[in-house]
Amino acid sequence: MATVARTFPRSTPRPRLRIRGRTIALHAFLIVVALAVAYPFYFMVTSSFKDLLEATKNPPDVFPAQLHPENYIEAWNRAPWGRYFVNTIFVSIAVTIGELVTASLAGYAFARMRFPAKSVLFIVFLATLMVPSEATIIPNYVLMSPSRNGCLGLPCLGWFDTYQVQIVPFIATAFSIFLMRQFFLSIPSELSDAARMDGAGHLRFLWSVALPLSVPALITAGLVTFLGSWNAFLWPLIVTTKPDFRPVQVGLSAFRQEAGSSYHLLMAASTFVIAPIVLLFLVAQRYLVQGIARTGIRG
Amino acid sequence: MGAEVIPARVKIGQRRRFPLEAMQAYLFVLPAVVIIGIFKVFPAIAAFYMSLFKWDVIQGAFRGFGNYTDWLYDNSLRSPDFWRSLSTTFTYVILTVPLEIAFSLVIAYLLFQKIRGRGIYRTAYYLPYVTSFVAAAVVFNWLFHPQYGLVNALLGVVGIGPQRWLDEPSGFFQIVASAFGIALPEWAAGPSMALVVVSIVTVWHYLGYQVVIFLAGLSNISNEYYEAARLDGASERQIFTKITLPLLSPTTFFVFTIATIGALRSFDTVFILTGGGPLDTTRTVTLLIFKTALQQAQFGLGAALAFILTLIILLFTLVQFRVLGRRVYYG
Repeated sequence: MATVARTFPRSTPRPRLRIRGRTIALHAFLIVVALAVAYPFYFMVTSSFKDLLEATKNPPDVFPAQLHPENYIEAWNRAPWGRYFVNTIFVSIAVTIGELVTASLAGYAFARMRFPAKSVLFIVFLATLMVPSEATIIPNYVLMSPSRNGCLGLPCLGWFDTYQVQIVPFIATAFSIFLMRQFFLSIPSELSDAARMDGAGHLRFLWSVALPLSVPALITAGLVTFLGSWNAFLWPLIVTTKPDFRPVQVGLSAFRQEAGSSYHLLMAASTFVIAPIVLLFLVAQRYLVQGIARTGIRG
Repeated sequence: MGAEVIPARVKIGQRRRFPLEAMQAYLFVLPAVVIIGIFKVFPAIAAFYMSLFKWDVIQGAFRGFGNYTDWLYDNSLRSPDFWRSLSTTFTYVILTVPLEIAFSLVIAYLLFQKIRGRGIYRTAYYLPYVTSFVAAAVVFNWLFHPQYGLVNALLGVVGIGPQRWLDEPSGFFQIVASAFGIALPEWAAGPSMALVVVSIVTVWHYLGYQVVIFLAGLSNISNEYYEAARLDGASERQIFTKITLPLLSPTTFFVFTIATIGALRSFDTVFILTGGGPLDTTRTVTLLIFKTALQQAQFGLGAALAFILTLIILLFTLVQFRVLGRRVYYG
């Protein structure tokens, strides 16, 4: 009895103390890692507001002694950024809309329609997820080339330095089709039965029932596509040569050479290149995170 | 009477609708079939076709598997490049994948505890993943700058001399050992310092992505297991090793596969940070494909190399599923 009475009051405060200590240690660890992960961004933004002398100071000042927002104007004027941004925005939006349309239609057909060779076609689509883009990039490059030497037996498209070369190959992916199909499969069949009773065809049902119900999936697929398109680098690098059609990522890569050792300008340019996508991510991260958790796509 | 009419209508409707529905379905899938067919399926087949020819910008003579044997052993200029890039690629996999998994698993596990500010932490960890690698490379090139870089300044505080980081072709182990006055033989020099830095930046970039996958996996583990274990008086450590880890193994396996394939085929990371240098010590297979096909315009050789890499990736995926898949516990 006495032993019980002794251990009881002693054991209660102990876990509480331990838990508090643990929580503090936990937060300390997470904060240190978060600071390490986020530091490059902090460094980039603060450096972009310093003058050249201060920007190359090592170790760097935590905060600029004097703010130099004019760095942004100077960086912006040293390259056709306006053009780059228009190109990237146009291409990213076009790819996203195109992909959502093709994925909705195909995903719906695979989920809710019957047609011959459906499963074969679906397997072929899924198999394309296994083919790395390295394997297809050379034939695609040849296909786009203007040469009259025959492009693998197909007519040469001659699409170098255009918008369509950055848009058309990407407006359908097995990933988005699969995502939309999974979502359409989860719509209860009572709804489609009722719609059919009312005389609505597939297109009508897709447009007025299935799609409105699938807004989260559409946002997820759209964000993943938009992000991939905005950050695309290798393909636009090899199929464009003129600034007229180049996207911001290729523009930034070129600006690295051009700006040379004007690090403060380089940091300003990097900041405004990633700012739109970071803002978009902060607004819509829930959907992006959901999409990744659900499908496991990695860019 | 009415009861007779309705089944009849439905029957006729169904009989009629089937071919109509099939036609409509084909129209629905047509855009996707055209795009994926022309830009994905056809090029995959065409890549193999091209790899059988001498093909520098224009199609030349049929070579059979000549392009492949050139890479593997036949050509004294090509094959050393190939084996070296293959070893660089695998080194890159070994440097990045275990680190990515270990870090992201620990962070996801900690974030999964009921603590405040989970959302903020998750956002911070996730930010690098949405950032373009070009912008990230601009910053890291500077942080690791031999002259102005912060990393050298920090190391200077602890008395370690400045390093050349991304410009350093010497082996990492060799550099560490020589700091203690030990000379290592060449085979023990290890991956180049530049490759180590590229790997660090890669881990930084993908960390948040893996954390999100692990978080999804953790939330799939039913709470009942934890409650039962706590009732039985299991310690936190026992719960982690005996419950969380085994039940999480499908997720870990998935992350392992995705991370490995991602590292095998990564291009942007290495290309933007080093371009394959210094002294080609970071030239992975994908960079060699780029150089061969697009800079030297040797499409046939490049396609053969791309096909070899594809085979390695497919083989790797199969082996992973066979060997590791068997040990994974599917709850």
